Amino acid sequence: MVKKAVQRVYLAVIFLFLYLPILVLIVLSFNNSKSRVIWGGFTLKWYASCFTDETIMSAFTTTLKITVAAAVLSTLIGTLAAIGIHAMKKRNKAIMLGATNIPLLNADIVTGISMMLLFVRFTNLGFVTVLIAHITFNIPYVILNVLPKLSEAGRSTYEAALDLGASPLYAFYKITWPEIRSGVFSGFLMAVTMSLDDFSITFFTKGAGVNTLSTMLYTELRKGIRPELYALSTILFLLAFCLLLVMNVHSDRTAVAAKRQDAHRHTEMRKPC
Amino acid sequence: MSKKLINFVNITKAFGDNVVLDDLNLYIRENEFITLLGPSGCGKTTTLRILGGFETPDRGQVIFDGKDITALPPNERNLNTVFQKYALFPHMSIAENIAFGLKIKKKSKEYIDDKIRYALKLVNLDGFERRSVDSLSGGQQQRIAIARAIVNEPKVLLLDEPLGALDLKLRQDMQYELIRLKNELGITFVYVTHDQEEALTMSDTIVVMNQGYIQQIGTPEMIYNEPVNAFVADFIGDSNIIDGVMVKDRVVSILGTKIPCVDEGFGCNRPVDVVIRPEDVEIVKPEDGFMEGDITSVIFKGVHYEIEILANGFEWLVHTTQLYTVGAHVGIYVIPFNIQIMNKPESEDEEAVETDL
Amino acid sequence: MYRLKRQFLAGPYLLWVAGFILLPLAFILYYAFTTDGGGFTLSQITAIADPVHVKSLLLSLKLGFFCTVVCLLLAYPLCLILSRFHFRHQSFVVFLFILPMWMNFMLRILAWRLLLSNSGLINSLFELVGIGRVKMLNTQLSVVFGMVYDFLPFMVLPIYNSMARINKDVVEAAKDLGANSLTVLVKIVIPLTLSGIISGIIMVFVPALTSFVISDLLGGGKVLLIGNVIEQEFMQGMNWHLGSGLSVVLMVFVIASMALLNIFDKDGGGAAVW
Repeated sequence: MVKKAVQRVYLAVIFLFLYLPILVLIVLSFNNSKSRVIWGGFTLKWYASCFTDETIMSAFTTTLKITVAAAVLSTLIGTLAAIGIHAMKKRNKAIMLGATNIPLLNADIVTGISMMLLFVRFTNLGFVTVLIAHITFNIPYVILNVLPKLSEAGRSTYEAALDLGASPLYAFYKITWPEIRSGVFSGFLMAVTMSLDDFSITFFTKGAGVNTLSTMLYTELRKGIRPELYALSTILFLLAFCLLLVMNVHSDRTAVAAKRQDAHRHTEMRKPC
Repeated sequence: MSKKLINFVNITKAFGDNVVLDDLNLYIRENEFITLLGPSGCGKTTTLRILGGFETPDRGQVIFDGKDITALPPNERNLNTVFQKYALFPHMSIAENIAFGLKIKKKSKEYIDDKIRYALKLVNLDGFERRSVDSLSGGQQQRIAIARAIVNEPKVLLLDEPLGALDLKLRQDMQYELIRLKNELGITFVYVTHDQEEALTMSDTIVVMNQGYIQQIGTPEMIYNEPVNAFVADFIGDSNIIDGVMVKDRVVSILGTKIPCVDEGFGCNRPVDVVIRPEDVEIVKPEDGFMEGDITSVIFKGVHYEIEILANGFEWLVHTTQLYTVGAHVGIYVIPFNIQIMNKPESEDEEAVETDL
Repeated sequence: MYRLKRQFLAGPYLLWVAGFILLPLAFILYYAFTTDGGGFTLSQITAIADPVHVKSLLLSLKLGFFCTVVCLLLAYPLCLILSRFHFRHQSFVVFLFILPMWMNFMLRILAWRLLLSNSGLINSLFELVGIGRVKMLNTQLSVVFGMVYDFLPFMVLPIYNSMARINKDVVEAAKDLGANSLTVLVKIVIPLTLSGIISGIIMVFVPALTSFVISDLLGGGKVLLIGNVIEQEFMQGMNWHLGSGLSVVLMVFVIASMALLNIFDKDGGGAAVW
């Protein structure tokens, strides 16, 4: 009993540690005072004004554009790559996986700098270079999410479909896709998360004109953060929270349904006795 | 008779709403090879896990060697388990796997090395000490799992469907190995399986279970030749199970025909189950049998032919070494001694089983 | 035949790897070994021996080491507890640790700056219980604290995943053979989660070693890590050759630490994080 209680307290402390700063930011977003330490009463005005502030909105739309474009493109390239890598022989597979691990394991600062050195040689830094950098560090997450699903599925179902006369495209759509869908989806989600949260690599590849929320915050830190940014971040966080919650409940339901089906099959199996 | 080593007293266990064991009572004698046999979900594995200490019963006691061990954790029980999927430690060598229990008991290195050699010899895997777990086949892994358990010299060895993951030939070989091991070690084996052939081959005693209840306890011969109810008859080997009416002593009516049997004491005009083993059905000329029918299928099974005869609306299953052709009109005869009469099940649970058949 | 065709699907990625992973690395190597004029030199590499650089490298190693140890000590018991909960979905745990990342990283660190400051919530609490105010912000401690906060999920997730993969039978078998809880932990659970532990250590140690933002925000310019030095060479000093040279040295340290860890990782499960 005591052990149980200790465990619960430990869990609570860790999650408090993880979520306390978020709580602080949410509280600040409702603070009527511009000060970060004095509570000036409840207000919603920052939620209204954040959508009219030009610099904030520009950084916000840039962030959204980069996040969505990088996540979509990296999911596409990464999923195709995962299928290709899965079909490779052991040696090539190992080489490709090694290359995949480079941006994942290398220091962000080195990845950012090395890309900057490349980009400035051929073009000006800007939206496109940030996008390329984001796609580069996103792809590994997609591949590492999709590959296990492919291994789980095995090769035989796809080949069975071809054997039964399906075209490769049809076989992919009908057989492979349903098996890897959840992996592709979580890869996409990881890509969105990583893009949204990135600072270092964007910082080195963005050039002068472009700003994402992270890089804008970095420059604003010196002058003091405008409360509108707390409001906008709170909106983003709550949006993600709801989205992930809905997805979790949904997948829970499908899991329950699958379990029920299992149980059903189980009773059928028992029939012969 | 040797003494009772283990006693299950009024054991009840439920998972949520699902009652897996309902007031189970069972004793196990010293040096016995006892098999818990039944379909999946019958409670046999739960019984074993309660004995191993991995589950605690909701009610009841487990008495081991005169002591109540119901609340004792697994690591303090003087028995060892061989798991269904071997459960070898993947990060250890074979020798380290086998030495695991002995090291915990702080035995000397010489003692442990001796034991490892002895155990490997016993399971016919001499010289495997340094091999890794994943370099072994399923059968070899299972032998190591057995070796790992028996070096601890348990009084009782629990085996949870240990041959379930092996292929047929290997399974049969392992059955002989287990019998040999049991005789060499002279300890109690508690064996769980859903495979009736395994149970019949190896056991001294078979406990047939279904839906948390014990259906019958007896020697393999008793269980096979004199099943107490239709469930046991059907689960142990193939059977023709026919609704019948006991007209009077030594006469039973099935499928509209009165035939002689040897059973007495069922009363008059009582509904009964009539069980006839397929190898006991004789195919004779139409006029010589007590019933006429047509052969609907003939399948060669190696040792015998499996023949189905449609007679009086019932599909008779017959095992015979003689070849017949499909469509032949034949007679059916069974000598009275081979006709088993059983009371219809009375409890509701047994009824449920009955409709499932 | 089909297999060959499917391999081509990795084509675009192969080009991407060549163009945006390998080529940039070649560039940084080129800069690291040349002078402004384009001549070959080793001086950008040997510049690490400069006392300022040595000091910041050692400090980075020290703080990275502490951060990794603290993360491991926090994460392992956490995973043991979490693995006992029967979540219907394993992904729920991942969800709990990923979710904070949706609040901007910069703002979360900023929030810690508020919380840790001399007049912040934590110091107010300390005063209330009689400990008195402690200077936490702008110290090495606060930098390690921020790193632990930011990188803890990267220690938890690989360990939790490797723990979830342990076959329950194996643990029961160990108990059956007489092992108590402590023996099960030491002889079975820890060895079987070793690849997760190593992944976690790499995923935490590398970013901690190379971080420059957290030290900037929570160190108040007083904690100069090797990442800060490199960043300054690029963004303020405009000495790209020197910055590249130091980056290459940093990379060598990263690779060396991974190689060291891989000696312990027999399964080669290395970076299988997600």
